[in-house]
Amino acid sequence: MESLMAYVIGILFAAAIYMMLRRSIVKLVIGLIILSNAANLLIFAVSGMTRGAPPLIPEGAAAPLGIIADPLPQALILTAIVIAFGVLAFAVVLIHRAYEVVGNDDLDQMKDTDT
Amino acid sequence: MSPEVVLPIIIPLLAGALTLAFWRSTFYQRWISLFATTALLGSGIWLLSSIRETGFVVMQMGGWAAPFGITIVADLLSAIMIVLTGIIGLAIAVFSMAATPDKHQKFGYFPLMHLLLAGVAGSFLAGDIFNLFVWFEVMLLASFALLTLGGERAQMEGAIKYVTLNLFSSAIFLSAIGLLYGMVGTLNMADIGDKLSQVEHTGMVNVLAMMFLISFGIKAAAFPLFFWLPASYHTPLVGVSALFAGLLTKVGVYALYRVFTLIFIGDTGYTHTILLWVAVLTMLTGVLGAAAQFEFRRILSFHIVSQIGYMLLGLALFTPLAIIGGVFYIMHHIIVKTNLFLISGVVYRLLGSYDLKKLGGVYKQRPWLAILFLIPALSLAGIPPLSGFFAKFLVIRAGLEVDAWIATGTALLVGLLTLYSMIKIWAEVFWKKLPEGIDDSRLISNRTDSQLLVMLIPVVGLTLCTLYIGLNGEPIYQLASDAADQLLNPAAYIEAVLGENL
Repeated sequence: MESLMAYVIGILFAAAIYMMLRRSIVKLVIGLIILSNAANLLIFAVSGMTRGAPPLIPEGAAAPLGIIADPLPQALILTAIVIAFGVLAFAVVLIHRAYEVVGNDDLDQMKDTDT
Repeated sequence: MSPEVVLPIIIPLLAGALTLAFWRSTFYQRWISLFATTALLGSGIWLLSSIRETGFVVMQMGGWAAPFGITIVADLLSAIMIVLTGIIGLAIAVFSMAATPDKHQKFGYFPLMHLLLAGVAGSFLAGDIFNLFVWFEVMLLASFALLTLGGERAQMEGAIKYVTLNLFSSAIFLSAIGLLYGMVGTLNMADIGDKLSQVEHTGMVNVLAMMFLISFGIKAAAFPLFFWLPASYHTPLVGVSALFAGLLTKVGVYALYRVFTLIFIGDTGYTHTILLWVAVLTMLTGVLGAAAQFEFRRILSFHIVSQIGYMLLGLALFTPLAIIGGVFYIMHHIIVKTNLFLISGVVYRLLGSYDLKKLGGVYKQRPWLAILFLIPALSLAGIPPLSGFFAKFLVIRAGLEVDAWIATGTALLVGLLTLYSMIKIWAEVFWKKLPEGIDDSRLISNRTDSQLLVMLIPVVGLTLCTLYIGLNGEPIYQLASDAADQLLNPAAYIEAVLGENL
């Protein structure tokens, strides 16, 4: 399972960077969305995958018995998803506004501030 | 209990909420901002003085002991940064009272400014690497909105580059946190520092170090990752530019100082050599980029990049004197750079342009303003006895001591080229005659302009700070030296955070 996830994450990172290198600003934002999902899955995969073992302590015991899933990475991912959601909502509004003022969705037309 | 360590986060958050509540009244928003940034500065000074007594101030949120709970921790470097945040926040709050157009104030200029300050202060005080990420995002989101406030074409173009590269950096940061957690099973920075020294597989540790270097390097605008900075910093309102110039990149530098003195110190021969080359090339490209520019704020933006190189050089040399120099440099730079941006705003108010070719004649009409520019400008270039001289002197001397000839030579050359850029601004804006056809009615009018006077208050205040650091360097040097002691002795930091759980 872990090695399958490794391939999936690698493909997601590659796809994200490919999309970000395109000239269209819409594809740029799609790249950013994929990138944040790839990072979240990476956290999920590297912290170890455990099936069917919720981190619950049985009644009467002081510590969990046997192997349990680590809840912390899931908390991290949840936080990261919320943050990414907010930031990407902003990015979508930004490209919409940029398209309005520039009249074009081509990044090559947005070089005025570089020179 | 030590409330002073959370006050620098709570005060701007509260002020942000209060200014939001007074959304319709810009009058209340201004005065709340003034009051809150003064309180922020006061809490910073309180924090600094209590750290001078005890060494570290640690607070475990909700009483959950480290490394399991969320830790807020301040050492001397954090406290210095908080005081500087307060100074800059106050200066910008005063400046914004006069210099912010109504249409910006009506769309949340002040609430965003407070959220930005909260994010910056939180980053300086976070004792937990994931919290550092969250505070970074708070800061970034506020900065995105501030950068685009006004909605002009240049702002949109600059913002797309700024947002994309910063989000990319956040994604790398997040991935690196995940990998680090998979390796050591903890997020508390002190605990990571403790556990990572026992990891045998140093190759993987170096990979992580480079991921953090790239992520924080983008935020600090280090070579070759700085392109977003000169493309965006000259586009927003000048108050926003000055706030960004003073604080945002320095959060990246602070994060680099934190992780490369606490966490990744196992293989300094590898990591710090890369840092050294990054620092050298950052200095050089920044100053050469500035030489080609003829826009006031773009020149200053490129100089931020080149000055970041000096701070990284201090970290890369990794000797006690070099770290002292780096910390001293951060203190000097934040104040001087913000001041120069504010002066560009004052000149813009007088002549209505940032283009050097459309400016001129300021010295003849306003000699005091010219002197107020000259002090921070010469300080930036490193002319004695101003603050920049001592900052450069410490870093360069540290370089000579370890025989880093190329780095030291570059640092000296870059100092000279910085002087060239500053003299270019001086000659074009202040010295030469005003070109024909430029409206100079504001420049020559004798009418007392109360808004201009308010804009000059922070400029004078920050200039006095520069002079104080330069002429009374001994206590500041002592402060930097104590901060460097703590940075080079991570065991004390780890013990202060983890206590008996070590």
